[in-house]
Amino acid sequence: MAMTWLWLGMVALSLIFGWQNGTLEAVSAAAGTGAQSAVELCISIAGPLCLWNGVMAVLRACGGLEGLSRLLRPVLGRLYPAFREDRTVMEAISANVSANLLGLGNAATPLGIQASRGMAERSPGVASDGLCMLVVCNTASIQLIPTTVAALRSGAGCETPFDILPAVWLASACSVAAGILAVRVFARLWRGR
Amino acid sequence: MSALTALLLPSILLLSAVGGVWKRVDVYQTLADGAGEGLHILLHILPPLIGLMTAVSMLRASGFLDWAAQAMGPLLSCLGIPPETVGLLLVRPMSGSAALGLGAELMEHYGPDSLIGRTAAVMLGSTETTFYTVSVYFGAVGIRNTRYAIPAALCADVVGFLAAAWAVRLFFPGN
Repeated sequence: MAMTWLWLGMVALSLIFGWQNGTLEAVSAAAGTGAQSAVELCISIAGPLCLWNGVMAVLRACGGLEGLSRLLRPVLGRLYPAFREDRTVMEAISANVSANLLGLGNAATPLGIQASRGMAERSPGVASDGLCMLVVCNTASIQLIPTTVAALRSGAGCETPFDILPAVWLASACSVAAGILAVRVFARLWRGR
Repeated sequence: MSALTALLLPSILLLSAVGGVWKRVDVYQTLADGAGEGLHILLHILPPLIGLMTAVSMLRASGFLDWAAQAMGPLLSCLGIPPETVGLLLVRPMSGSAALGLGAELMEHYGPDSLIGRTAAVMLGSTETTFYTVSVYFGAVGIRNTRYAIPAALCADVVGFLAAAWAVRLFFPGN
């Protein structure tokens, strides 16, 4: 439903602005070329997107996911002190984080939901501090190799689509750190009420 | 930097293949199956993109995007964010495919190696569709009182956008 309003708003705005600026002809021409460029975009990103999906499938098949989650478990125990002793929850969380790091969004979501089920059992209907941390960490992207974005860049004619990797890592790290800090600070503020 | 990232890609390909052989995985078949899954992802991306890229190119043609960039310009440039990315900032937390469409359009319009194109790419790569994720997680386990989850997630998004603009200027000073 949200998308319906977004779509309605965008179309209405372009009509209003087109009328006001006298660019209505360009707007109506753009309606046709926009749809065309969506198909062109998908064709141009198809190759790299499929290739990287394949590479990720190989990495997963050779146990990359399990290895990574074993490495992460001690670190994650510090982020979720309330669940440190809960093995099933901690395992699901570390598998969720590993899948996010590898960019396996389709695998990460069910794992994260599995973890949040275990967490929600302790406080039905209310988001506990741990659950807020899990959700916030999942709303901040921590993908190591942003394959879709790289495919977009090569689709736009870029020869070195991965040269943004260090910048993406730095920005992701800042964003995740801010999310974790915000959860810590808000948890304290909310408890005070 | 470019030599390092140039080495990174082939190394990942080689490492995954060697790791797969080591673990006795049928590497080539797995690669092909995974690539086939990529086609499914693509089929899911395409239909919403048709609507969204139509709307975005209409917005660009009508002059709205330029107007919005101009209106928000002083505030955004003050923070070091290229004002042209304003649409991306607004749409990113709400819709992944809309953000993808806007990002693609920015890269197409200004070039993938321009400051704007790179900033858009890094923004897309370092943030997520916040509202979608929150509703999936809390919906799945029946949480009604979400407490501070949404404000905290939006803090992460805002810092992500600022850091994206900042990181692009740090790593690509020539732009």
